[in-house]
Amino acid sequence: MASILAVDDSTSMRKMVAFTLKGAGYEVEEAIDGVDALAKAQTMQFDCIVTDVNMPNKDGITLIRELRLLADYKYIPMLMLTTESSIEKKQEGKAAGATGWIVKPFDPDQLLKTLKKVLG
Amino acid sequence: MAQELKTKSADHNSNNNERENTAQYLSFTLDSEEYGVDILRVQEIRSWEPVSRIPNVPHYEKGVVNLRGSIVPIIDLREKLCIKFKEYTPLTVVVVLQTSDDNKTRTMGVVVDSVSDVITFDKTKIQGTPDFGTKVSNEFINGLVMVNERMLILLDVDKLLELEDLEMEY
Amino acid sequence: MAIDMSQFHQVFFEECFEGLEAMELGLLNLDTGDIDSEVINTIFRGAHSIKGGSCTFGFNEVADFTHIMETLLDEMRDGRRKVTQLVIDVLLGSVDCLRTMLTSNQAGQDVDGATVEKYRAALEIELNGSVKEPAATASVKIQIVNESSAMATVADEGALIEKGWKIAFCPYLDLLKTGNDPVRMFRELAELGQYSVSVGTQDIPAFDELDPDECNLSWTLEVVGDIAVEEVKEIFSWVEGDCELDIQPFTKTTAQPAPVEKITAAELPAQDLQQLKAEQVETTIYLNTEPPRPEVRQSDNDQLKTSVKASSSIRVDTNKIDTLINMVGEVVITQSMLSLIGENFAIDQLPQLKRGLAQLERHIRDMQQSVMNIRMVPISFVFSRFPRLVHDISSKLGKKIELKLVGENTEVDKAVVELISDPLVHLIRNSLDHGIEIPADRIAAGKSETGTIELNAYHRGGHIVIEISDDGRGLDRNKLILKAIQNGLIDESSILTDKQAFELIFMPGFSTAESVTDISGRGVGMDVVRRNIQALGGNVEIISNLGKGTTISIHLPLTLAIIDGQSVAVGDEIYIVPLVSIKESVNITENMLNKIADKGETFRLRDQYIPIIRMHDIFNVQPNNKSNTGEGVIVVVERQGILCGLFVDELLGPQQVVVKSLETNYRRVQGVSGATILGDGSVALILDIPGLVRFSNR
Repeated sequence: MASILAVDDSTSMRKMVAFTLKGAGYEVEEAIDGVDALAKAQTMQFDCIVTDVNMPNKDGITLIRELRLLADYKYIPMLMLTTESSIEKKQEGKAAGATGWIVKPFDPDQLLKTLKKVLG
Repeated sequence: MAQELKTKSADHNSNNNERENTAQYLSFTLDSEEYGVDILRVQEIRSWEPVSRIPNVPHYEKGVVNLRGSIVPIIDLREKLCIKFKEYTPLTVVVVLQTSDDNKTRTMGVVVDSVSDVITFDKTKIQGTPDFGTKVSNEFINGLVMVNERMLILLDVDKLLELEDLEMEY
Repeated sequence: MAIDMSQFHQVFFEECFEGLEAMELGLLNLDTGDIDSEVINTIFRGAHSIKGGSCTFGFNEVADFTHIMETLLDEMRDGRRKVTQLVIDVLLGSVDCLRTMLTSNQAGQDVDGATVEKYRAALEIELNGSVKEPAATASVKIQIVNESSAMATVADEGALIEKGWKIAFCPYLDLLKTGNDPVRMFRELAELGQYSVSVGTQDIPAFDELDPDECNLSWTLEVVGDIAVEEVKEIFSWVEGDCELDIQPFTKTTAQPAPVEKITAAELPAQDLQQLKAEQVETTIYLNTEPPRPEVRQSDNDQLKTSVKASSSIRVDTNKIDTLINMVGEVVITQSMLSLIGENFAIDQLPQLKRGLAQLERHIRDMQQSVMNIRMVPISFVFSRFPRLVHDISSKLGKKIELKLVGENTEVDKAVVELISDPLVHLIRNSLDHGIEIPADRIAAGKSETGTIELNAYHRGGHIVIEISDDGRGLDRNKLILKAIQNGLIDESSILTDKQAFELIFMPGFSTAESVTDISGRGVGMDVVRRNIQALGGNVEIISNLGKGTTISIHLPLTLAIIDGQSVAVGDEIYIVPLVSIKESVNITENMLNKIADKGETFRLRDQYIPIIRMHDIFNVQPNNKSNTGEGVIVVVERQGILCGLFVDELLGPQQVVVKSLETNYRRVQGVSGATILGDGSVALILDIPGLVRFSNR
């Protein structure tokens, strides 16, 4: 089963995401911010990144931009979890290399559906 | 009803269909009488050891001991039940019981003359609190049961070990 | 998959409260004029996370409210809005309001709508210059209602059901670099209906110019079925702007010409706007007709149970646990070594055995230390609430005050932390109210306009010391003495040292405030503060310099679980007197006691007569030979400045004791505060000095 890195500084959100994904059979690793995520992504290979946008230390968009520079993550789907429905934020994310986004609030089913979409 | 009980107990132990209906009591003696407490309330049985006296409490509260790090009070059951006090000997036994009142569980020890047996009997054989004279005041008694021609007085552990309020002067 | 979201509620609330604390701290920083974009960003992030979590977990009131705060903060972040005192105050108020809302939610109670409305109005005024109409307020919910439901509305409004769609999809070269895969999209399209695809290869460059990272293909797709245009668009929503996309109705029989939907990046904002409008309409209806109440209530009730359970939990640094685990490992190793010696013991192994036992003892002592350490938390748990307190009160009083926190990481037992908070608040209020002068007075006194209050915590010999110093007006000893005489606490002939004079403020019925303000001086006096601190086994001292300031130091034991005690013999029994209460001990004989009719016995200690409690008598102890000689020891104990002598037979020696409760299995006993287990395994009672002193002074 695919392995996913869930990145969110909010513990409750992260746990919720991780729990949902694990329940669906994915292997899930958690990271508390962009810096943590980048470090984890370099020691493990993930099939998909699901990241919050607004985080301390390193925000989600920067994380995606930096991950895209790594050979291992060039084509890996990366999804932003965002409350910002403004088109600029989505565009900014896409410009950085995000595959797509999931708008908060989402329910577990939506999350799984979207993941299934990108992971095939 | 009987049918129901059977199926229920079958889950636990198919060899003992009557389990739901039976009670197990630890019996002990005080003076010439035999008493019983629900075995499920008994934590352990210890020999008497000296206690640390507690000042200004009822005389039957003998003091406290260290039971593996917990401070546990020891109650003399003879005195509590108004039976003549008897000097402690190496054979004097302390039964450590679990009680609960107001949702609080406590561990307490009671001093008895000696422990006799674990007795299993049919719950339906329990008779109501007697009118005739036992030495013990009725309030602590759950009922009586005749086992092998002997009368066992069943004690209500929670009521027995309820601590009476003391007046606080300061 | 049904997932019980309530299991994440506790974590959510915890992190909200943390977030609020960070926001508050940030706002207070801004308040001091230090406008730092990173600080604003931190505050923004706090609001943002709370909003995100609260809408995910269904706390819509919270989400709404935070949304307004977030908008305001966003403008501050972008520099569109100036950081003013007013906006900071409004935001601080909102933080309080949010905290209240979350607390209610956590406890499964209703949120106080009126209060929320008040703060919401304040925020709206700050944001828009006016309060929005309720309908407009509802529109704020746009962002928190999930998008898919909004999509459906658009479909209803705009889309005629078509027979099919013809899609021209021409990705830009970089499409693949976002992790998007055309195959994935086609597969989704296939799920909508019968579909066919043809690929355009005309843009593929010559092989030697081919960059495998680029997408040189284009496709034409047809999908047949009763499909809303929105469904098709959604599939391509992630690649908007990364491709040329042309979606045409695929009609053969429909007479009515369908609108052409052509999406390019340039048209997106308008599209978005239209969608937004639709969402507003939809959301308002949703809110008016079916408020999602029942579900929220249900999960909140679950929450209540967990929160009660969580209140006694403690967060422990994993390092501490690791240390403990290592220690346990050491003990296990030593134990196995010892059992090896024991298995085949010969007398010549005695030195080894002794060494092993010594090692075991050392390990166990270390282990005890580590276990105690787990209960230790930094004093910052208490300190962190003071910046806000100082900010609020100083602005109310028109004073300028800077609060300095020193030694916030000093660790102390969790129980102590919880109990020390209120006394500290009281002391700080006092400093703010009575200590620090108003700016004009300070300038007149040749001081800087801004007063300073410093909170300092540090360890000293098994105790934690917390000092509260201010550079205010200090205590006037003559005024204090005058006041004490007026209140009948001392008589006019009393001669007091400075220290004794300052201590007067701790006496019951003493208040120095010339006028009672609503900050302090509302009856609960310093006597209560001192009593609370002493109840923790600590004490409080005061040093003051008239015109220069006052320092109050609180000494507290690091833990309530272990105290320093003095064991004393009374008859054949052993009792423990807490060392902190003992002033001194004096060897005496019976004839040194004075009997006063109806007043019991007293003992003359230098120039003072102190009442005596005979421990034999009040505890009904059988006297032994020693007691009958009439010789004994008076242990002079003190409580709130009141002395009393305990007449015991003998001092046995000081020792550290682990405090155990008598009430766990037994009852409260007069004159006894707890029990401990002595080296021989027997139980000794710890004396309740405040109780005994009260008794002796009746």
